Amino acid sequence: MAEKTAANAAPAAITLIEAITQALAYEMRNDKSVVVLGEDVGVNGGVFRATAGLSATFGPERVLDTPLDETTIAGLTVGMASQGMKPVAEAQFDGFMYPMVDFIVCHAARMRYRTRGRLSCPMVLRVPWGGGIRAPEHHSEANESIFTNVPGLRVVMPSSPARAYGMLLAAIREPDPVIFFEPKRIYRQYKEVVADDGEALPLDVCYVLRDGTDLTLVTWGAQVKETLEAADALAKEGISAEVIDVATLKPLDFATIAESVSKTGRCVIVHEAAKTAGFGAEIAARLAEESMYDLVAPVERVTGYDTHIPLFRLEMKFLPSVDKIVAAAKRAVAHS
Amino acid sequence: MTIAAHFDIEYLQYLGPDGKLVADLPKGFDPKSLLPLFKQMLFVRVFDTKSIALQRTGKLGTYAACLGHEATHVGIGSSMRPEDVFAPSYREYGAQFMRGVQPREVLMYWGGDERGNDFQIPRNDYPWCVPISTQCLMAAGAALAFKLRKEPRIAVACCGDGGSSKTDFYAAVNSAGAYKLPLVLCVINNGWAISVPRSAQTGAETLAQKGIAGGLHCLQVDGNDLIAVLEAMRRAGERARNGEGGSVIEFMTYRLHDHTTADDARRYRGEDEVKAGWTREPMLRLRTFLTAKKLWDEAQEKAWLEECGKLVDVEINAYLESKVQPVEAMFDYLYADPPPDLLAQRAAAIALEKRNG
Repeated sequence: MAEKTAANAAPAAITLIEAITQALAYEMRNDKSVVVLGEDVGVNGGVFRATAGLSATFGPERVLDTPLDETTIAGLTVGMASQGMKPVAEAQFDGFMYPMVDFIVCHAARMRYRTRGRLSCPMVLRVPWGGGIRAPEHHSEANESIFTNVPGLRVVMPSSPARAYGMLLAAIREPDPVIFFEPKRIYRQYKEVVADDGEALPLDVCYVLRDGTDLTLVTWGAQVKETLEAADALAKEGISAEVIDVATLKPLDFATIAESVSKTGRCVIVHEAAKTAGFGAEIAARLAEESMYDLVAPVERVTGYDTHIPLFRLEMKFLPSVDKIVAAAKRAVAHS
Repeated sequence: MTIAAHFDIEYLQYLGPDGKLVADLPKGFDPKSLLPLFKQMLFVRVFDTKSIALQRTGKLGTYAACLGHEATHVGIGSSMRPEDVFAPSYREYGAQFMRGVQPREVLMYWGGDERGNDFQIPRNDYPWCVPISTQCLMAAGAALAFKLRKEPRIAVACCGDGGSSKTDFYAAVNSAGAYKLPLVLCVINNGWAISVPRSAQTGAETLAQKGIAGGLHCLQVDGNDLIAVLEAMRRAGERARNGEGGSVIEFMTYRLHDHTTADDARRYRGEDEVKAGWTREPMLRLRTFLTAKKLWDEAQEKAWLEECGKLVDVEINAYLESKVQPVEAMFDYLYADPPPDLLAQRAAAIALEKRNG
């Protein structure tokens, strides 16, 4: 009875984390080979509640609590994926995923390659990502660029409930491994209506979130929030900023960024990770290679500093802020 | 004193180094069944010898020899069913041949060509696995998939004595216990992890006992005694298929060759030890046993070795005559749906090839 009511009801407004749960539930109903595994994902529903209710609905054979070992999670996931299942694993926190790197790099990313397509690894690793939630040490890492340099992976990061839903469905249906970063700081930032229609979004497109003419602000993950706020602030001063959410880092939809920069002539890249060899460096390099004659100002990067994200008394001073983005944008606009 | 728990490690041996039985044969065991496996062991040794020679003459890359491991490898492979999944490290050719891997595939892999991993027969078996013991945990994942899908299949992984020190091995043991997986972990203790002896790997009396911590069935066997290998695998396989969970079997054998052709074991181990190793090697005792049973003789061996030489030469020629993959092969198997930027690099690599003729 309750189920029928839910099915007939108009789509509800949900948060990003609820969109994750909704996508997991949809695809578990849709595809029996999908299983969820990780630490505390079962009865507890995950430390962020991403898997809340899934164990009750699908049972412990589809929602597997693992022993407390990230190596185990990664190894089992690769083993299951290479034998025809579609595991969606959860790394409880970004800072705990380093023991998984061996399996991601040495096996998941090259299973298809090394066997000439005989075996493959259709897995998703969900990673609650980034700082700004006043968490303990090792709970606030922005480590996406470790993975964007690995051939064979797809690396994505949604920044809205709708994109989280559609991109997670796409990630699970993708025949190759996907590292799915979830900006935990905006898990519950706002709600939007997300129809539970099973419609996936592409894993290779950037989103222009705001049109503008004076400069292009390029960002992803939780920094979309500050970047949009910076665009608002700039608008009040008569500066028109276009805002792009990269969303899919690997493969990168550079065409969308290049098109925007060809219009604005200026680009500021905003990301939370440390500056040196952060993913912003890749975008800046591509602009230098392919868009140099469109640029009228140097490309700037507003990023975390080249140090570790501090414990939470100082962490907001490490992260890109609206002020820092606005200042960089004004420097860019000063060039013509 | 109160004992919280008590454990024993059983040791299995039937055929002593002198070819005489040291224990009654397992119930219903027919010595005749050893004959095809002995022949397979001889085949593996011929293959191994010729592969080393190929490397020495510059026709093969670095090759990991399997000299001395033949009983363990062939015994493991012969105990599996086609639908099971095998996860080797990188020298278990005897097991892989039993499963249908072709010698030319082994040569292709060590000859620098990924097509060697595209096994034509055991399509679900894992490729050679260089990152130590990670195959154990992948096999645990495969076993978990079988269990969740309620398929009557098991996963078998091999690692070495050095491999049993690795996190991934312990993780495989632990998850096999936690999920009661149909998994057989074969620790092939050949005494050496490149230059580091077994004694430096761990303070544990046996490597088999590492399975006890995970709640697995554990056995140590004479890995040079084919009968013991078969019996150990029979027990472990039966348990796995009956839903009784995983096993760790330690096979005591000896690495008679260098670690790989890139290694020189004379730097770190004495001749006496190797000489002693040759007295315990697996072929010798089995030949003595089968000859005493009138199942084998010198003339048969001579004829079979000749036949093996011809069979291996066919494989070697197939490998040597195989064409190098086109340059685009390095792009073609990375993604099911390759991104445009990668396709652009692929096109550039092809154009460069054409320009260079």
